[in-house]
Amino acid sequence: MAELWPYLVLVLVGFLPNEMWRWLGVVFSRGLDETSEALIWVRAVATAILTGVVAKIIVFAPGALAGVPLWMRLGATVVGMLAFLLARQSVFAGVVTGTLALIALDVLVGR
Amino acid sequence: MVRDEPAVGSPVREGYLAGCRAGATSVFQIVLIGTYISIGALAHDLGFSIAWVVLSTLVIWAAPAQVIMISALGAGAPPLEVAVAVSLSGVRLLPMVVALLPVLRTRTSRFPGVILAAHFTAVSMWMEALRLAPRRPVEQRVAFANGIGTMLIGSATLATVAGYYFARVLPEPVVGGLLFLTPMSFLVSVARSSRTASDRVAAVAGLVLSPLLVVLGIGLDLMWTGLVGGTAAYLVHRVAKARR
Repeated sequence: MAELWPYLVLVLVGFLPNEMWRWLGVVFSRGLDETSEALIWVRAVATAILTGVVAKIIVFAPGALAGVPLWMRLGATVVGMLAFLLARQSVFAGVVTGTLALIALDVLVGR
Repeated sequence: MVRDEPAVGSPVREGYLAGCRAGATSVFQIVLIGTYISIGALAHDLGFSIAWVVLSTLVIWAAPAQVIMISALGAGAPPLEVAVAVSLSGVRLLPMVVALLPVLRTRTSRFPGVILAAHFTAVSMWMEALRLAPRRPVEQRVAFANGIGTMLIGSATLATVAGYYFARVLPEPVVGGLLFLTPMSFLVSVARSSRTASDRVAAVAGLVLSPLLVVLGIGLDLMWTGLVGGTAAYLVHRVAKARR
């Protein structure tokens, strides 16, 4: 029984609180067609929440990322965005350059 | 889901295989592998078992939720508090599923395939499926999206295992860099898929509003970020449409 406890926690505090939004999405998506005005609003809400999650992770960093100073996290984000724009909107270029910039700042400039 | 479709060349089989190919070659593979190495390493360092963290990747399949859950449980936070934090990070999945399913589903789509596509919905799969599925015949699309999802969650699972066992040899700046992959990749993906003024308003509003609401101590910050930022962006779309 004691070995099963962590798995019960995983289901109750990880799986269900997260998965319920996907199930609700299945319920709410019925009857919407792919060009409706409601869907344009829904997409805008999803986009705003998504960049909201981005800002939260960068500003209030988790785990090992919290050890890197805020200005380095923001600076690396700007470097990544610039690389993305300069490389004709390449997602790969933006992600790799931004991440390497963060590691380089962390190692070279220190904490 | 695919196994009970015996006929070679059936739309489900063809769509699923095309989805597997699209998923295997997706630019998100590199991002997911890096992200899930960092999640495996985080779980190892905080004393969780390998089976537990692998299961968390398979059943949660959302990097921010997993990072929040593992770091909070590892720090000894009360389970109810952790559940609330995980749930708020997952709010974005609702509008994502609502936006994706009408593109994929037909009247004849079977429920297990649809619920699986909803489970596979995460930023990586959502971006790829929204971009690529409209080019497939409509009866192939649910299976196509599930093919993409299978390949992405498969790599993420292997990366979780690798991160767990490599945790001891990975230097701290590398783990920090890998954790940075999630926000960086979400941001450039949104930038690339933003074509209209309203998309850009929504993206910028989210970036500004969420830290602001957290600092102001307003609860359910991500929900308000989405409702306020998304509605403002939608109004921009209406104004632009009225002028045309």
